Amino acid sequence: MTGAQIVFLVCAGLILGSAVMVVTARNLMHAAFWLIAALFGVAVLYALLEAGFMAVIQVVIYIGAIAIMFIFADMLTRREVRESRAQIGRNWPLAAFAGLSILTGLVALILGQPGVSRTASAIPAGVDPVAALGTALVSPDAYVLPFEVASVLLLAALVGAVYIAGIVKK
Amino acid sequence: MSFWNDPIRFVAEWLQGLLTGWGLNQSFADVLLALLGALLLITFSLVLAIFLVWVERKVVARFQDRLGPNRLGPFGLIQPFADIIKLLIKEDTTPAGADKFLYNLAPVLALASVLLLWAILPLASVIYGVDLNVALLYLIAAGALGTLAIIMGGWASNNKYALLGAFRMVATMISYEIPMVVALLIPTILAGTMSVRGIAEAQGSVWFFFLSPLAAVIFLISAVAELGRAPFDLNEAESEIIAGFHIEYSGMKFGLFYAGELLHAFTFGGFAALLFFGGYGGFFGLQNLPAFAWLNNPFVQTPVFMLKAMLGYWVIMWIKYTMPRVRIDHMLAFNWKFLTPLALVLLMVTAVLDRWLDGSNWYAAGLFFSNVVIAWLTIEILRAYGRKQRKAEAARLGSDCAQAGAQSAQQ
Repeated sequence: MTGAQIVFLVCAGLILGSAVMVVTARNLMHAAFWLIAALFGVAVLYALLEAGFMAVIQVVIYIGAIAIMFIFADMLTRREVRESRAQIGRNWPLAAFAGLSILTGLVALILGQPGVSRTASAIPAGVDPVAALGTALVSPDAYVLPFEVASVLLLAALVGAVYIAGIVKK
Repeated sequence: MSFWNDPIRFVAEWLQGLLTGWGLNQSFADVLLALLGALLLITFSLVLAIFLVWVERKVVARFQDRLGPNRLGPFGLIQPFADIIKLLIKEDTTPAGADKFLYNLAPVLALASVLLLWAILPLASVIYGVDLNVALLYLIAAGALGTLAIIMGGWASNNKYALLGAFRMVATMISYEIPMVVALLIPTILAGTMSVRGIAEAQGSVWFFFLSPLAAVIFLISAVAELGRAPFDLNEAESEIIAGFHIEYSGMKFGLFYAGELLHAFTFGGFAALLFFGGYGGFFGLQNLPAFAWLNNPFVQTPVFMLKAMLGYWVIMWIKYTMPRVRIDHMLAFNWKFLTPLALVLLMVTAVLDRWLDGSNWYAAGLFFSNVVIAWLTIEILRAYGRKQRKAEAARLGSDCAQAGAQSAQQ
């Protein structure tokens, strides 16, 4: 077993454990912090795959923006952060069945892919993955259209948010 | 390769030879050396933090026309150690109803988020933790973790003042992250890379401060906001919410927040030096001359970098102890209505000019001139806006007076 595999297994355990805690923790704030732990674990996985850009973006966006907004909203809106009702509803066998079938389907799908057990080839020397990603995002024969569509979508969301926030009740 | 040209690698190779000579596995020795390097870097920065306590107290004393610590040791140099002993023997309190785990985790995370930054801060061209190709984004990510620590401490303390401090921190951080990212993009554009060493090397002949002084100012302002220091110290505003997020912390837990804040300020001084003032190099092309080749020696570069970082830290202290605290709505308006649009305009102009003037003799002059024009336009717009507001105010006051006069005449 190589060092990378050990780190992967530890990380995977951390992610899965935290993810379970996110849904089972009775305290909403604890759930939010467990979510951060899970997201951080995913960032470590990206770093293991030598996708440093994705790892850092994961931390900036998911922990720095989204999770902090979750916590902020929790602190502002909930008077009682502790959930006192039963956490498991009546339909849990149905949900468990759906979850298990999605899991088996995904595992079967991934195992059916060619080259699933192959280790990733190392990034050749002299290639900057971030520069390659940046070029791909703005070159016409790659992803410039999805990139621009996504930015227009974000702009629309921004304008919408400003409009909603700007409505003054009279 | 000799000790004088690359001391860290020299020692590392010697240690590796020693360890493998003892029969250790090669990869295990590598991991051990990496851990040792991290330990060395952390120890260095924490010892520096002890020294910074003294620097901060001495400098603030001078700004306030006092002497500062001067009893223990020469120039009061032993004072920080007395402070540490005091912090260590204080009672370690945990408030009733606090969330114990998060309450204790928060100070650790606060200091750790600062120490993370030291991994990418190059002290010399051969002395650095890691040369990431996404270093500037990493800077933002580490800042996000620091904010998280403050929220954690503020919430887990079970204290309304602490919670208010955490709220204010989130508002500050989310707002000032945007001009900070944009200001970081400008050295990225100018250097063509996000790697910190690449940025330092790109400033060999001219500092980025001269190419984009506005970006340096925007970076400094947003760095002060991110640090939560005056005039943006709303998260711990002593006169309003007592001490904000760390109100309940005592002893060494408070000490970790305090050391983290000082080290954070110094680290941002270091980043300002690195991004805009040439970092460890930047001797205006002098280092390329054979007679001045000694400037490239790590034993010259490290003191130069520390000096520049100390100057940046000094400016941050200067701002802290001179400016009054701003009100939260002023702070947010300043960010969203002034700093963010300015940073975005500057980014666009810099990006276009960088392409247009690429390779031309007018590159540096053109970029500098564009900054001057943008600054002048900004001041003109602000002046026109201020005049309009004053006129509106005068008109309102005038009509009030007229009304009052009419009323008194009727009576």
